Amino acid sequence: MSESVYIVGIDMLKFGRHPDKSPGQLGAEVALGALDEAGVTIQDIQAVYSGSNYTTMIGQKVLQQIGQTGVQIINLVNACATGATTIREGWTGIRAGEYDTVLCVGVEQMTGMGMLGAAKTGPIPTEGLLGSASMPAVFGEAGMEYAARYGASFADFAQVAVKNHHHSTMNPKAFLQKETPLEMVMESEVIAYPITKFMCSVNVDGAAAAVLMSERKVRERGLMGQAIRIRASSVSSSPWQERDPVMADINSVTRLAVDKAYAMAGLSSEDLDLVELHDCFAPAELQHYENLRLCGEGEGVAFLQDGTSSLGGRLPVNVSGGLLSKGHPIAATGIANLYELALHLRGKAGARQVEGARIGLAHVVGLGTAAAVHILEKA
Amino acid sequence: MTETLPKAAFPFIKIDAAGRPSLVAQRCRVCNATFADSGRVACSRCGARADMLESFEPGYDGTLYAASIVRRGYPGVPVPFISAIVDLDGGPTLKGTLRAKNFDPAEIVHGRRVKVVFDDALGRTDEGGNRYISHFFEPA
Repeated sequence: MSESVYIVGIDMLKFGRHPDKSPGQLGAEVALGALDEAGVTIQDIQAVYSGSNYTTMIGQKVLQQIGQTGVQIINLVNACATGATTIREGWTGIRAGEYDTVLCVGVEQMTGMGMLGAAKTGPIPTEGLLGSASMPAVFGEAGMEYAARYGASFADFAQVAVKNHHHSTMNPKAFLQKETPLEMVMESEVIAYPITKFMCSVNVDGAAAAVLMSERKVRERGLMGQAIRIRASSVSSSPWQERDPVMADINSVTRLAVDKAYAMAGLSSEDLDLVELHDCFAPAELQHYENLRLCGEGEGVAFLQDGTSSLGGRLPVNVSGGLLSKGHPIAATGIANLYELALHLRGKAGARQVEGARIGLAHVVGLGTAAAVHILEKA
Repeated sequence: MTETLPKAAFPFIKIDAAGRPSLVAQRCRVCNATFADSGRVACSRCGARADMLESFEPGYDGTLYAASIVRRGYPGVPVPFISAIVDLDGGPTLKGTLRAKNFDPAEIVHGRRVKVVFDDALGRTDEGGNRYISHFFEPA
């Protein structure tokens, strides 16, 4: 089947602390938001693709809130790429001709969790022996690799946080909405050099959901006016590299995913109007400028420092505030990125609107490792 | 009372009958990929099966490829410490803790020469009370 698949309804929670709600309730709220926007009910949904890293059977828990219709539910886990992977699976199900209307939902409740990463792998704890498995340390190492290759400085990394926190002051759904000047970022507590506290995304509660529809169904229901065309959907896993997985490689996997996406869409980075990429930690954003082919090798620092990736620049990156400001509820992030793109493509992003946005790219990376890239276009 | 020998903390360390530790790794005879591992099922680069993977003793000298100075740790893990990725001469790459003099960025310059040493695994024991030997990196 060669017809396109569309997003016709999409919603995300304001990320933050929701200790009084269960994961099923969080997912249910955004599912209803997406269904209502699409003008469909749970009875119209033919399959559910749901994801959570810390809650099992999340799809069932959501439908136990909003309607146990007995349809296929696939629960999946792909680390931080979980949400985007539910979209990929929903897309694939519609493209296979099995369904014309599906629900994708990602939920994570993380309040109270400390730093992620350290795993007891074997008879004794390995933290401090196998270096550190904490996410800040893993991304600190990746940042230092980038610094050695391209000459990025500690201040360059910190500037990513300055930019994204500034963007978030215009995003009412971001957890953090506070300016963080460069000195404040650089002088905040070092978690794992070169990463300071304000250069880390925060573990928060969140959920996001989308209704996907086949082209035929979109036309039948008269929804083309609000529909967002999925021009590309790709997921990759970490290919063999000399140091991976001893040193997690977020670069190769991203390049695999994005090159597939550009080929699928018949587009290049020159066609993009905005990008939401995986800035789980500030140095990662610089790495992904090159990885996503937004600029040439070695041009990432300039891409940031000359304002290209700021709102108002030629190719704004993370105008939502990114993971650094919105927070990073693991399974919700991949759909929340698409929510941001959809807002801009529909002209509804308010103070942070990227003028004339027609095509956007969203990217996530899940350690272990998976990467997902979606390219969206206003229908 | 006889003392039992300490155990190797990781699959790339082995302890001989006299309690002496050494590094051990695997190399694929088909494609030359190296792995900080023992008992692999197959080569993850070319797919060659275990019978084509040979065990070898890596060099103990290497180059610091990347590192991070960890200042916020987990309960029971003292900070700061340096988490380091080291390319051993001839392969493979190991991750471990660099025991440098200081904890500042000057200690984690890319390309710095380091060596592997062995030591008790920070006093950690398993449920049976066994002690372990781990690897550490030190400046060359």
